[in-house]
Amino acid sequence: MNVEILNCIVNGRSVEVAIDPRESLADTLRERLGLTSVKKGCEVGECGACTVLVDGQAIDSCIYLSLWAQGKKILTVEGLQDDNGELSNIQKAFVEEAAVQCGFCTPGIIMSAVEIVGSGKSYTREELRKLISGHLCRCTGYQNILNAVERAVNEAHKFVGK
Amino acid sequence: MYDIGNIYSAKSVPDAISALQADPTALVIAGGTDVLIKIREGKYAGRNLVSIHELRQELEGVSLSSDGDVEIGPLTTFRGCTYSEVIRATVPVLGQAADTAGGPQLRAAGTLGGNLCNGITSADTASTQMALGAILRVQGPGGVREIPIDEWYQGVGKVALGPAELLVKIIIPKSHYEGWTGHYIKYAMRNAMDIATLGVSCLVKLSPDKQTVSDLRLAFGVAGPVPFRCTQAEQDMAGLSVAEAARQIGPAARKEVNPRDSWRASRAFRLQLAQELSQRAFLEAARKGGAAL
Amino acid sequence: MEVGKRLSRVDAPDKVTGRAKYTGDLVPRPHLVAKVLHSTIANGRVKAIRTGKAQAIPGVVKIVTCFDVPDIQFPTPGHPWSVEKAHQDVSDRRLLTDRVRFYGDDIAAVVAEDEISAARALGAIEVDYEEYPVVTDPEVSMTAGGESIHAECPDNVLASMDVRTPMPESDFKTVEEVLDCPSYHQFRGHYQTQQVQHCHIESALSYAYMESGRIVVVSSTQIPHIVRRVIGQALGIPWGDVRVIKPYIGGGFGNKQDVLYEPLNAYLSKAVGGRCVKLELTREEVFQCTRSRHAISFDVAAAVDGDGNLMARSVRALSNQGAYASHGHAIVANAVTAFRQLYQDQLGCHAQARTVYTNLPSPGAMRGYGIPQSNFALESMMEDIARAFDLDPYEFRLQNLMPPGYVDPFNGITCHSTALRECMAKGAQFIGWKALREKYQNQTGPVRRGVGMAVFSYKTGVWPISLETAAARMVLNQDGSVQLQLGATEIGQGGDTVFTQMAAESIGFPADRVHIVSTQDTDTAPFDTGAYASRQTYVTGMAIKDTGALFKSKLLDYAAELLERGAGELDVRNGEIVDAGTGQELLKLHDLAQEAFYSFRHSVHIAAECTHQCKDNTFAFGCCFAEVEVDIPLGRVTVLRVVNVHDSGRLINPQLAEAQVHGGMSMGLGYALSEEMKFDEKGRLLNGNLLDYKLPTAMDHPELTALFVESDDPTGPFGNKALGEPPAIPVAPAVRNAILQATGVAVNTLPLSPQRLVEEFTKAGLIGGKEG
Repeated sequence: MNVEILNCIVNGRSVEVAIDPRESLADTLRERLGLTSVKKGCEVGECGACTVLVDGQAIDSCIYLSLWAQGKKILTVEGLQDDNGELSNIQKAFVEEAAVQCGFCTPGIIMSAVEIVGSGKSYTREELRKLISGHLCRCTGYQNILNAVERAVNEAHKFVGK
Repeated sequence: MYDIGNIYSAKSVPDAISALQADPTALVIAGGTDVLIKIREGKYAGRNLVSIHELRQELEGVSLSSDGDVEIGPLTTFRGCTYSEVIRATVPVLGQAADTAGGPQLRAAGTLGGNLCNGITSADTASTQMALGAILRVQGPGGVREIPIDEWYQGVGKVALGPAELLVKIIIPKSHYEGWTGHYIKYAMRNAMDIATLGVSCLVKLSPDKQTVSDLRLAFGVAGPVPFRCTQAEQDMAGLSVAEAARQIGPAARKEVNPRDSWRASRAFRLQLAQELSQRAFLEAARKGGAAL
Repeated sequence: MEVGKRLSRVDAPDKVTGRAKYTGDLVPRPHLVAKVLHSTIANGRVKAIRTGKAQAIPGVVKIVTCFDVPDIQFPTPGHPWSVEKAHQDVSDRRLLTDRVRFYGDDIAAVVAEDEISAARALGAIEVDYEEYPVVTDPEVSMTAGGESIHAECPDNVLASMDVRTPMPESDFKTVEEVLDCPSYHQFRGHYQTQQVQHCHIESALSYAYMESGRIVVVSSTQIPHIVRRVIGQALGIPWGDVRVIKPYIGGGFGNKQDVLYEPLNAYLSKAVGGRCVKLELTREEVFQCTRSRHAISFDVAAAVDGDGNLMARSVRALSNQGAYASHGHAIVANAVTAFRQLYQDQLGCHAQARTVYTNLPSPGAMRGYGIPQSNFALESMMEDIARAFDLDPYEFRLQNLMPPGYVDPFNGITCHSTALRECMAKGAQFIGWKALREKYQNQTGPVRRGVGMAVFSYKTGVWPISLETAAARMVLNQDGSVQLQLGATEIGQGGDTVFTQMAAESIGFPADRVHIVSTQDTDTAPFDTGAYASRQTYVTGMAIKDTGALFKSKLLDYAAELLERGAGELDVRNGEIVDAGTGQELLKLHDLAQEAFYSFRHSVHIAAECTHQCKDNTFAFGCCFAEVEVDIPLGRVTVLRVVNVHDSGRLINPQLAEAQVHGGMSMGLGYALSEEMKFDEKGRLLNGNLLDYKLPTAMDHPELTALFVESDDPTGPFGNKALGEPPAIPVAPAVRNAILQATGVAVNTLPLSPQRLVEEFTKAGLIGGKEG
């Protein structure tokens, strides 16, 4: 199998990396770029632990070939803190609402939350349930995760008001 | 890491067709949400792939033709379908059906074309496209041809695509949706991330006074080996009052469906669901059409 | 006070930034990859394995088969070892086996350069089997005869027990006489629970390599010290030659309270000269080849007098153990023990339990250790009795509850504290119990509502059935902060955070001056048996309290030296040395630490370590109330509202306690409504993946409400008692009882899945016959 060169933007930085074209994006991010926040829980797109944003949309990176990321913008949890290391509002909400337990599903859900909050819309609780329904979590019953996402959405709207 | 033989990234539809001609064993991969899973489970391990994932320019998006037909590019994702303004304005029931597949991440990756080309009975958009009488335009070495969706399914996992042919357009003719309203119900064990235990899509055209069923379409997924329409029930409901049709549609559908016993659900359970859900889907479709219920 | 605060999790910042490292994030490069060949029959023998073709595949480094491994049998459960042979766990596993006992048994392993080569090699290994009939039903397994599943256990009955509580003076000699007495209401019932799995989102995985002649295994486990011991046992090497490291783990719930593939991983690394080998199970392998919760059937009987007093009960439980013993009989024994504890019989209780081998994947420990099963039977039974004899189900429970001061007649576990009655009242008030019970009686139509409840008791830790021991170490840092080292493990439950609070409380430090070492490395971590039995806040908590007191006394001794005062006149408050009488600050701990480390006069590294052997136990309690809507024609249950109320003693961290309860309730809802491992007649798991196994999503849950009534337990280190497992216990029977109220149909088999409900509703005449 040949090696191919992948050029894309990862967490705001241009990246040029040699890949095996059989790799999933999750493989490339974890194994070649060291972005181990991208977790593998099922490798068939059922658990959502490997969720990253590709051009702003949350996808399961375990069932996305790295080849397809050519020229695209990828965002993972490692790209969320600001230059001073300050946690993003979504990350803070997860900490403050005790939405984190074992933490294995956390980075993926935070990435879905980034898309949700970034949409600029407000959502009902039921809509939020649907928007995070692509993530399985066994620790939290989703209760505090929903609280955290709701809080982050509300805070984002507060900023818009300023 | 997937056990893929080799993978060719097609540059255009003709390029994909020539690649498939050059390697008749190759599989087409689009969104990847189905093919990659089958590679991993071993069914397609080691196979060569032709990727059409990046042919978005040619194959993605929904538009309205000059004569009002809805034209859907097969690389349109479930999400793209649901949020398309054209779909919302013309066939909202299809957007609604697309919104029940998997979860948000899958809906951002999986495509409508893939949902038809893998030929599975549980495909969430298939029954609605059956009900809508979609026309499937395919392109291959011999040129372009159009296949009515009634002739698409050839058996479990088998569709009417010939060698080196690609699905290039899904067309919903204007006459198939204008004046119709529809409703899709997916019944599954979970409210997300699930495959349908049974899917039913009902389209209805009401009389001007909204009292009578002028015409009706009723299509099922997982009620047989492939998605199919209950044509007898459709005929029998036409001309009935909405109230009468509501009484009769369930038992009529039950007679026509042929679900199997499997470990996922028994035939008896699916028959009960088919009966109950066809009535509920009909009532909701009629309500959307203006019937007073 | 640091204990009782809503302190943010100490590990949360690392977990929300992706910096928290789990086993799979730490594997050194390069490494080899191991994959296991699983049998494709459920009962039989491997006659021959041909590996030639597989060996020829490029990238394959080593193949070992069941004929290559040492002939050593070892136990796998996460129990403390016992020095008495009679109390040791059943040793019925080998690294690889030629005697195949379930579909998916481990018969060979491949080590390769990469995953694809390893997977291709597995496909190229040829196996000849001799097949035996497959038995999946324990009733059949006990009586069928034929080849026994384990030679050591000819009738396939791993263990059985028969326990009768002592009876008071009366006209009756046995419980059975009471049960048959016509002057009492007589009740008989049969309840069946299903096999389910933990579904931690991180797989089961480890990697192993050799260093300085010893084997190092980094593993996603709840029990690093036990894993170390079992690797030593399985490989026949000194336990000190094994080092186990446990980083963050992505959930365990009891599955990782078993030694899974760590011994094989260690063996494979040794087999390739100590090179690093990673062994990561796929999700499908996790389902098929790791542990699960036992399916147990219960035949119960009760006699109730005209005033609603339980006079006597009997329970006969049959536990399907699958192919290997794992935790074995301990689970069903725990199940039937709780039966006699939660409610009191005036005359007696008779419990029988059997654990039987079959050709299914082996269940082991899973959150609640037998109690979710017996609580389903017990609380369904209590509801059914109340319904049959027109008793109020709330009052009937209340009337027969375990009283304060209760002492179990066999194990001596004592009810040191109970707020169960207050929990019930709080839950009833939250849900609006009385009004809803009234409102929902005698409903008609296809969609109906109901409200149900269930209560439970749960012991804390494993004493006196097994050893309870834990150690803690505290080490002063140069800046006056303290390093806290434990063998107890953070598995997502928030252990590290509450241990930090406990340590701070016991020393007199603010929590931010306590630095917990999250990773356990058996070379350096103090001994503790690990995370299970909801034991750590209780048992490890005692070790922390003792160690904190010792550490503090050492600080005070050194402070006394510096201040030329008596140590008894001093105290540590808010992290500084103060005058015990006036509270006036006398010395910064920073300054004390600098002196202690660097003083020419007297340099001492202040550290403390204590072992606490816990010889006590106490009951935690709680209840669940659920309001449901049942769509009868579709067999669909929507839980509208659900609340758990817990008495877990004093809460160390109320915010994390709530979070823990949410997770347990979620697991309970899945257990009630959708989760089930399904097998075909060949013993093959049909739904061993996260699509077909119906773990609830966010769209399948209502809002989850967690409430508490805090008793102050005199035996708990900080008044606390078990919390980790209990939330998962009462949900399923509460939901079942709510469906019963809504529809009048008592469903006695879990899960209450749509198809089962449609079948039951059809039988009951609610579906079919009449239109609509």
